[in-house]
Amino acid sequence: MLELRHRGVCPGPGGAVAPPPPEGVAAGGDHEAESTSDKETDIDDRYGDLDSRTDSDIPEIPPSSDRTPEILKKALSGLSSRWKNWWIRGILTLTMISLFFLIIYMGSFMLMLLVLGIQVKCFHEIITIGYRVYRSYELPWFRTLSWYFLLCVNYFFYGETVADYFATFVQREEQLQFLIRYHRFISFALYLAGFCMFVLSLVKKHYRLQFYMFAWTHVTLLITVTQSHLVIQNLFEGMIWFLVPISSVICNDITAYLFGFFFGRTPLIKLSPKKTWEGFIGGFFSTVVFGFIAAYVLSKYQYFVCPVEYRSDVNSFVTECEPSELFQLQSYSLPPFLKAVLGRERVNLYPFQIHSIALSTFASLIGPFGGFFASGFKRAFKIKDFANTIPGHGGIMDRFDCQYLMATFVHVYITSFIRGPNPSKVLQQLLVLQPEQQLNIYKTLKMHLIEKGILQPTLKV
Amino acid sequence: ESEPEVKADGETASDSENRAEAAPLVTSADDTPEVLNRALSNLSSRWKNWWVRGILTLAMIAFFFIIIYLGPMVLMMIVMCVQIKCFQEIITIGYNVYHSYELPWFRTLSWYFLLCVNYFFYGETVTDYFFTLVQREEPLRILSKYHRFISFTLYLIGFCMFVLSLVKKHYRLQFYMFGWTHVTLLIVVTQSHLVIHNLFEGMIWFIVPISCVICNDIMAYMFGFFFGRTPLIKLSPKKTWEGFIGGFFATVLFGLLLSYVMSGYRCFVCPVEYNNDTNSFTVDCEPSDLFRLHEYNIPEVIQSVIGWKIVRMYPFQIHSIALSTFASLIGPFGGFFASGFKRAFKIKDFANTIPGHGGIMDRFDCQYLMATFVNVYIASFIRGPNPSKLIQQFMNLRPEQQLHIFSTLRSHLIDKGMLTDATED
Repeated sequence: MLELRHRGVCPGPGGAVAPPPPEGVAAGGDHEAESTSDKETDIDDRYGDLDSRTDSDIPEIPPSSDRTPEILKKALSGLSSRWKNWWIRGILTLTMISLFFLIIYMGSFMLMLLVLGIQVKCFHEIITIGYRVYRSYELPWFRTLSWYFLLCVNYFFYGETVADYFATFVQREEQLQFLIRYHRFISFALYLAGFCMFVLSLVKKHYRLQFYMFAWTHVTLLITVTQSHLVIQNLFEGMIWFLVPISSVICNDITAYLFGFFFGRTPLIKLSPKKTWEGFIGGFFSTVVFGFIAAYVLSKYQYFVCPVEYRSDVNSFVTECEPSELFQLQSYSLPPFLKAVLGRERVNLYPFQIHSIALSTFASLIGPFGGFFASGFKRAFKIKDFANTIPGHGGIMDRFDCQYLMATFVHVYITSFIRGPNPSKVLQQLLVLQPEQQLNIYKTLKMHLIEKGILQPTLKV
Repeated sequence: ESEPEVKADGETASDSENRAEAAPLVTSADDTPEVLNRALSNLSSRWKNWWVRGILTLAMIAFFFIIIYLGPMVLMMIVMCVQIKCFQEIITIGYNVYHSYELPWFRTLSWYFLLCVNYFFYGETVTDYFFTLVQREEPLRILSKYHRFISFTLYLIGFCMFVLSLVKKHYRLQFYMFGWTHVTLLIVVTQSHLVIHNLFEGMIWFIVPISCVICNDIMAYMFGFFFGRTPLIKLSPKKTWEGFIGGFFATVLFGLLLSYVMSGYRCFVCPVEYNNDTNSFTVDCEPSDLFRLHEYNIPEVIQSVIGWKIVRMYPFQIHSIALSTFASLIGPFGGFFASGFKRAFKIKDFANTIPGHGGIMDRFDCQYLMATFVNVYIASFIRGPNPSKLIQQFMNLRPEQQLHIFSTLRSHLIDKGMLTDATED
């Protein structure tokens, strides 16, 4: 839902930078030179212009080729262009949703792979934009370095996750033990190797470009990789913590669009002219209701509710447990005004549904800021879409822009309000200690458990 | 070491990065105090520069010693101030590069993000080390229980302010400054917190690495000055292989000697703890195994050279070899990175805080990676997880989880032979 911002720009021949427009002439209709006083000093410094002036020297990213499959084109050849676009978006939306359901059915492991695939694609999309902005294809080593850093950071994060959740599996294998124990050191050494390669690859005339790409890579890693790992940690808490937030964001997207389409009148923010207050508020209420209902439906099934565990005997992920009290129906007495409206005294709810209200609220109120951020980013670098992967929808990043903050919020929410420390991590750290320390802790724990009555003194556990 | 500006030579207009004919971005004003100026007015300009640098070096080292004497609390404050100054220096460079003084809100936002990230990190540290203090005070307890949530909320507010502050004609600039701020925070704030973590391990883990880097700087310069011939890397033409290798050996030796001297004193060797009764930091403990003299057999190769059969060393000295090696081999890459950065943005120094030396960042550029390395080294090779923290986490678990962990621990101990069924009860 982006306003098109094509600008006429004077591209230089080949890949060369366009010469700076003469002083006093505003490039294009609505972008002015940043500050005239600095033009004198930077007149020969192309990158000074690049940095300080707004958007004037960057050529337009070439228009996206149409990747709609032939089938769809033939089926829709009869309709007018506007409806055709609408149909393509609609069909692709349904396809994506079905794909989503299919993957959920296939289980947690497939979901993890999917998250990893999406992360790699998002990284690729953002880095490609960086290459285009800085025309840095020719830089030596840089593509290799960016992918290498992606690999390092992923190795670090996956190593931390694997060590936590696969503790039993890891204890068995000797080589894995070694890798886990010195995991931080190994990751740091790998990162350092990349850092030193970067320093050694600095080429005399391209310093600034290389530093920009270095920073661009790091910020991209910060955004995409950390978010994707928080998503996976949420997933391990229970698939419901993965499904409800993502669905709430998707629902908010769709219902805000629909409300805006039918009732939209007051614009919301200058950054995205198509968004309206009616869409925003309507989307908020529908998302809360949707989240409430989805939470109710999903809370019944152990498959969604139980933490994902790795069982070494069956060598696969299982989701079987006694549902925690969050997911057991409880009776709540309604406050008086709701009593009058609904005519009932008590209602049976899962406590999780109360939490889902918080999640949906965040998805509707703050999630759109992620979308505005992405819109601003696209405006700043004058691209219509991040990439062209999905016909009618743009790139993967376009679909996930509102999800940026959601995963972090859910993770922070879970750690603050829902669960305490991770038991397998505590266990793993216990096993790493020195034997004397372990013995001391064992005695302390034993005393504590006997005090609390959890352990009977005479019972051999 | 700050490198002089490299003159543009024969670069044509079609190059993707042209050197400006104009003066570098920040012209350094002469900040040398009047006193020094008068005292050195007789000497020639080259020697004057040398003397200014020398005097300031000694002043900084003396300052360093004073701070160490004053104790951990003051050291923490100094680390925090250095961090803030470094952040300010780098952000100012960003402002100058992007001419973005006029952008609405941006200065406020950068400092706000610095505050948020510091709040997050200090909150995590405080919760770990001041555990008993925090549990006593009710407001602190709530703050620490929901610490992540509060930090995230504060960060989100900054993020939303950023989005709302996007101005139509300045999107790119604003995104650049946003990215610049975040990368700076990543570098500066995380390093400074790792430094403080190292400090809490024991002041020796703070002093030895920093001294090794400083020593390497000085030694490499001296060796290069007297023996330098083969250039090391195009990025810093003044560095030479002779300086590099000479500095390496000198630093390793220095590290060995320094650790020998320091390992004898409790105040350096003991972890910093917060004492509830006296409401202050104490460094008092039984020195761990690392800091007790052991006897080592010298391998035969060195026996013939030195003529001793055994030598008494602290095990920490072996670790100091690793630390000094890192300081000499990889530390300089931090310096090259900073040189490249200064070349890229055409500045001579980060700022002009210290006469003759440039800004605070210039002094700390080689330390970038050292703090992270020491922290990772300690976490991987020296200490394990903190037992009291583990017990605390254990208490927070649910009873079934506690029982599960307890029985796993029990079977593990029995396996290892530390426990037998008979020793129960």
